[in-house]
Parts: sequence; C-alpha cells; structure tokens
Amino acid sequence: MSDIADRDKPRKQVHLAAHFPGVNNTTVWSDPAAGSQTDFRSFVHLAQTAERGKFDFFFLAEGLRLREHRGQIFDLDVVGRPDSFTVLAALAAVTDHIGLAATLNTTFNEPYELARQFASLDHLSGGRAAWNAVTSPDAFTGANFRRGGFLERSLRYDRAGEFITAARALWDSWDDDAVVADVDRGVFVADESIRTFDHGGDEFRIGGEFNVPRSPQGYPVQIQAGDSDGGRELAAEQADVIFSRHSGYDDGRRFYTDVKRRLATYGRADDDLKIIPAAVVFLGDDREDAEEKARHIRRQQVSPQGAIAFLEQVWGRDLSAYDPDGPLPDVDPDFEGGAAITQGRVRHDDSQTVADKWRRIADEKRLSIRELIIEVTTRSTFVGSPKEVAAKIDQYVQDDAADGYILVPHITPHGLDEFVDRVVPELQDRGVFRTDYEGPTLRDHLLLSRPSAR
Amino acid sequence: MIHLAISLDGAGHHPAAWREPGADPQHLFDAARLVGLAQLAERALLDFVTLTDSFELQSSRPDEVRGDLDALLTMARIAPATTSIGLVPTVTTTHTEPFHVSKNLATLDLVSDGRAGWLVDVSATEAAARHFGRRSSAPVEDLHAEASEAIDVVEQLWDSWEDDAVIRDVATGRYIDRDKLHYTNFEGRFFSVRGPSITPRSPQGQLPIVVHVVDEASHALAVERADIVLIDAIDIERAAGARASFPSGVTVLVVIDVLLGATEADALETRQRLDGSVSPHTPNSGYVVTQMPDRPGSGASASTSGSASTLDFVGTAEQLADVIGAWCAAGAADGFFIRPAVLPTTLQAIVDDVVPLLQRHGTFRTTYEAETLRGRFGMDKPTNRYVTVGAEVAS
Repeated sequence: MSDIADRDKPRKQVHLAAHFPGVNNTTVWSDPAAGSQTDFRSFVHLAQTAERGKFDFFFLAEGLRLREHRGQIFDLDVVGRPDSFTVLAALAAVTDHIGLAATLNTTFNEPYELARQFASLDHLSGGRAAWNAVTSPDAFTGANFRRGGFLERSLRYDRAGEFITAARALWDSWDDDAVVADVDRGVFVADESIRTFDHGGDEFRIGGEFNVPRSPQGYPVQIQAGDSDGGRELAAEQADVIFSRHSGYDDGRRFYTDVKRRLATYGRADDDLKIIPAAVVFLGDDREDAEEKARHIRRQQVSPQGAIAFLEQVWGRDLSAYDPDGPLPDVDPDFEGGAAITQGRVRHDDSQTVADKWRRIADEKRLSIRELIIEVTTRSTFVGSPKEVAAKIDQYVQDDAADGYILVPHITPHGLDEFVDRVVPELQDRGVFRTDYEGPTLRDHLLLSRPSAR
Repeated sequence: MIHLAISLDGAGHHPAAWREPGADPQHLFDAARLVGLAQLAERALLDFVTLTDSFELQSSRPDEVRGDLDALLTMARIAPATTSIGLVPTVTTTHTEPFHVSKNLATLDLVSDGRAGWLVDVSATEAAARHFGRRSSAPVEDLHAEASEAIDVVEQLWDSWEDDAVIRDVATGRYIDRDKLHYTNFEGRFFSVRGPSITPRSPQGQLPIVVHVVDEASHALAVERADIVLIDAIDIERAAGARASFPSGVTVLVVIDVLLGATEADALETRQRLDGSVSPHTPNSGYVVTQMPDRPGSGASASTSGSASTLDFVGTAEQLADVIGAWCAAGAADGFFIRPAVLPTTLQAIVDDVVPLLQRHGTFRTTYEAETLRGRFGMDKPTNRYVTVGAEVAS
C-alpha cells in the first residue's frame, strides 16, 4: 500500500493518547486485577505509564449524571468518577510532559468560569491542558443543574461554537507578556496589557475583564468528538484534534478525507487538525494468542446480566425473564418504550434497524443473547503480537486512516502497561514514534502552532 | 493547642509585597512557587493554607498584583506535593453550580487523602455578574441565603454515596449496590438538584466549612453552617465577645496581618518602605495606609491597623508569639489566620522563629497527628445521613 504508492512521501509520526477506562461496559471490573476506578493512585499509574510511553496526552471522559436503566441507577457497569479538572491539576504534580485532556460540557458550564479553569490548568501544568468540548441537550442531566438541561438538539453545535469563541476572547484579552513585574517603575501589569472583552451572541452575553494571565499554550488544545455534518464542520473551523469513532481502515480513510478537505474553507492546513480515533488493542505472543485473550476479555466485558440490559436498550422492554445463554426473545421490540428505558448514555438512533440486524446475525451465526451482544459490541481495532500491532498502526497512519489513536484500555490501573512495554518500542524502531518529548507543551507534542493573542 | 492557618494569596497581603526582595514577582503564577510556599507552611506544621478565588480582577491598579489562578485547582496541584497540611480554597456559590462545587471539593479531598476544606464566599459585584450574564448582582443578604442553601445541597451530595456502595458482586453482575446511592431531590429557593453526585463519598465524608465573617450576613451564615470561622477583632474583649456568638465546637480563628522583623525597628522600617510604595490616593485593594505609631509595643500592635477592624501586627517573632499566646490563653480565640505581609519572607520567619517559640511554650504541635483536616479540628468522620435514615426505617 503506502510503501509502494508514496515512497517519497515523508513518513508521518504517530500520535498516541490514553483514555482512562471509563464508565461503560468496556471497562472490566470483575477481574481480580481490576483496581479502583476512582482511587487517585489509579489515575497516577495510568498517566505515568502513558508518559513513560511518550504519549501525547491522557484523556478523561465526562458524565454529569449517573446513568439509569428501567428507572433505576444502572448498576452493572463501573459507576462514579472524580472531577476531571481537579484530577488533572493533581496529575500535573506527578507528571512532567504528558498532555492533560478533560471533556467538559458547554451546556452545564459558563465561559468565564471554564476559561478560568482551563487557563489555570495550563499554567499549573506548564502548558499541557486540552479541552474536549461536548454539548448535552438532555434534561435528564440538566436536573442536576440550576440552568436546567433543555437545549434544542439542533442548536448544540451553535452553543458549543459560541462557547469556544467566547472562551477564546477571554484567553486573548491579556497580552502574552502582560506580567512585567517591573519593580523600578512600579508596574506589575500595565493597563493597556489587559483588554476588556465583550461577547454578545444568542447563547451568551458577557463582558468585562478576564482575571487570569495568558497561559503557556495561549489556549488549551481543542478536541472535538462530533461526528455529524455540523460536528465535522465545527471541528474543521475550531478544533486541533478530532476524537473520532472511525478506527477502521476504510471508514477511517473516508472520515479523514472528508474532514481534512473542509479545512481549506477556514484557511487551515492539513496538519492543523489531527484525527485521532479511539482504538482498542488486544495483544498476545502471536495472532492466535491475542485472539484468545480478546475472546476472554470480551466475555468479561459482557456479563450475563449486562447482555440482557444491553438487549433491553434496543428492545425497549423488560427482558429479565430471558436466559442470556438462550436465543433472542420471541417478542418484538417496543420501540415506544425504547425511548425512555435508558437515560444518560448515547442512544441507538434507529432501534428497528438495529433489532432487525441483530436478529439476522443471531440466526446466521446461531448465537445466544450474550454471544450476540459480544459480537455486536466488539471494537477491536488492533489484535496481534506487538510487532503486528505496531505495523498495522503504522500502516493505518501512513495511509491516512488516522493521525494516531486514543487507546482505550479495558482495565485499570494496569491496562496500558503491556502496550507501553511492548508496542511502543516497536513503533520507535519503525521510526514513526518519538523516543523522547521534544518540547514541554502539548502543542509541541502535537506539532501545533501556538495561537497568538489577537 | 493553638491553631494556625495562613493565606498564600498573591505576593503577600501588603499591596506592595511584590516589590520586596525575594518576592520573585515574575513567577507569581508558577506551580513550583505555589507548591514551595505550601511546603514551607507544612514544615511549620500549620493547620491549613488558603487561597481566595473570585471572578474579577482583584485590583484595577497597574502597581498592584493583578490576575490569579483558580484556587481549587491550585490546591489540587499542591496536594500530591504535600502530605499533611490542610488545603482550603475559596469556592464561591453565587455563579458556580452547587453540583460542580460538590464534586470538585470531594475530588480535592480525594487527591489530598482527606485534607480539603471549603472557604465559602459569595460574589457580590455587578462586574462579576456581567462576566456570567445570567443575572444582576443581588443584595448580600440574598447571596448569603443562597450560599447557605448551596452548602446544604453540597453536603447532601457529599453523602449521596454511602461509603460501601461499591460491591463488585460478580455473582449478580452488580458493580454497585444502588440502594446505597441516594437522590438528593433538593428543591430550595435557589436550586433544585436531583443527585446523586457522580463522585463517591470523599475520605473525610464532609469537608470542614470555613467562613470569614465580614458583616451580619456572613455572620449569620457562619453561625448556621461553619465549622471554622475567621473573625476580625482588634482586642481581646471584642474577640471573646464575637467568639461567644458561635455555637460551641466551632473553631474561631482571629485574622491577623503579620509583618515580622529581626527587631521592632526593622519591622517598622520595612512597613514604612512598603507603605511608601503605595499611593495613598484611591486605594483599590481596600488597604488603607495609616500613620504608624511611634512604637507599637509588645502586644499592643493591635492598635495600628491597615484596615480599621483587623489586627495588624508589625514587630518581632517574640512579640507575635506573645500576642498569639496571650489571646488564646485569654479564651479570645482558638488560634489565628495569618495574612503574611510579604511572601515568602514573612512565612519563612514564621517557620524559623514564631513556631519554634510557640512549641517551646508548649502551645503548638510538634508533629502532625491527625491525618485529616477534620481530625486536626477534633472532628470525626461523620456518619452518612442516609445511613441513619435507613437504620431508622429498618428498626
């Protein structure tokens, strides 16, 4: 492939990031080796392991309300998380280089406060902050906030875009060298070095003076995860990194091409936006060993009870009477009920299509409920020996299926150890991954320029 | 035992502190400097350090420090680099969602292994309100009523997970016992919050609530909600009177602005130099330059005041140790909240000179004993309110 077609093209460098094992069924808690999901030491181990592997950044997801299933708190997956900002500020004390990325909602935060927190995190970490901006339209989460939750779904990217614009106005309102601290002249910050900001839009009308000096990176690195047309457009305009779902080869290339072609509209170059899909890696001594390990972990990820709950999300009704090791229910899905059965997580948009497809797969492969759920929820991007996995990651990146990957380990705190010990050296041997950090900031790792104050 | 806490704000409490030798004003916002200050305070075995927080510039003057970092995040950055000292950031309740306040402070408690406290404050200005654009500024009485409600919600959220909620029961596939998670269903005058928190109960369960009393509204809030209060009083009688207005069990710390010198004359000279750097016109920081008396005198330094109602100490370590000892012995206070004139100089002198004197008098700890901030103030980890309710229902 790429080796033949583009022999003269310089080899792209791979970017790697680590996703803290999240509140979802891919995180295995039942294994005796599974540590605490909320203990600070778990965060420390994973972040330090990622830094040992010279990763670009460490990533935390967000969830502002405990998920519910059939009207009760969902108890089958990991539950609970500390505040991301606070954890990352603490991690800045025990790491030196790795980027610190937080997913933060634009619906349940305000620009002044969030801009202050990000500028502070960037100062406190010496320029390592990143922001994955998301927008929740749901009133379910809003019930925890005085703002309430309601936001027209179609407006969610408008709010996100306006929020980011407002935050940037705040970050730009101080000159880079505003703090002169000139003892002889008696000037700490000159008046002309702090400009007032004034933002008037549909979502926010704010004005005044920001109170944090401009931070090492200027702005935190901006991450976007939106996949719709509006989300891709917003990313092309404002994002430094896209955290995409398209980790396969073909869908990865399609997504990559589509997003990068949008950049020119905004006067941006290809390299200004890095596309880094989520990826799941299963390692073994050889391909067969890796496949076997993958099968074992998938069974851990989908418990018998978890399989029924998963099916209920699509079927929209109580299926607790069914045997997870038996065939799919004979009853039809209740598509009205499906809308309300699960709260606080990403929905299956079209349950009818999903249900039909699942029945077809189960019939063809003669799968039980649990086997079916394992089959349809499997996301294994890279499976094989360390050498094989490194080669495949390299190939995907050189062929523009991605600029790198955000690894999602299945277990905490040791889920990243093997990749760092065995795959990273292979990537380094191939000459496509750094053997040391070259600069202090996350923008340095991602080869992104620092925005200058307007 | 006497309690001592200290503010790490800015370059020190004096508006001209950043111009003093050793202040390193170019690096005021560097993590290494802030961590170093907290470690210094920890070496002195102080109870806790504070950082204030607000949503507006602290001054409009070019010759004063402007800008600061988020107080809670700064404390989180300090936490892994310290082992014992309490970390008490200001978190305001006027513009910040109680749900965020609750999980952020619980997480600070988590990353510090039980050393976090909460200095509660409100945001009263129109300028700060305009930074959010959601509401106009409100009367302080309303803001404090709102703060009281916010504390209530936050404390309920802190209890919304029982300590043993995570069960990891492989047989039933359940990670958590959902009967040990509790909806707050809070419906108040200012907030409604459904709950539970997304963050498990923190090491201390409930964080110590600290309130600086500056007016009637904050006094009412402190009486209702505080575990530790900071009061301004310029003599023992007034302090004792104020102290008596709080429920027993509340720790009362007297705010004291401190400037130390090797001799009284040295201290006075430094003070005059500092005051000389501050234009007496249109003071913006609330700092008022006053005529220094000819001689502050041992223990009488209280009469010289920067702001009229706050104890303003200028003198030697011996004199300060005497003042602290005398006030506490008289029952006027449980200890002091020190606002050092100049960082790190004043703090260094407290470490080197003041604390050893108090230790020699047997009135200050010689080692940290309690592991948590609550423990340091004689408070056990409280029983979760929902456990109590459950037990009553069951019996």
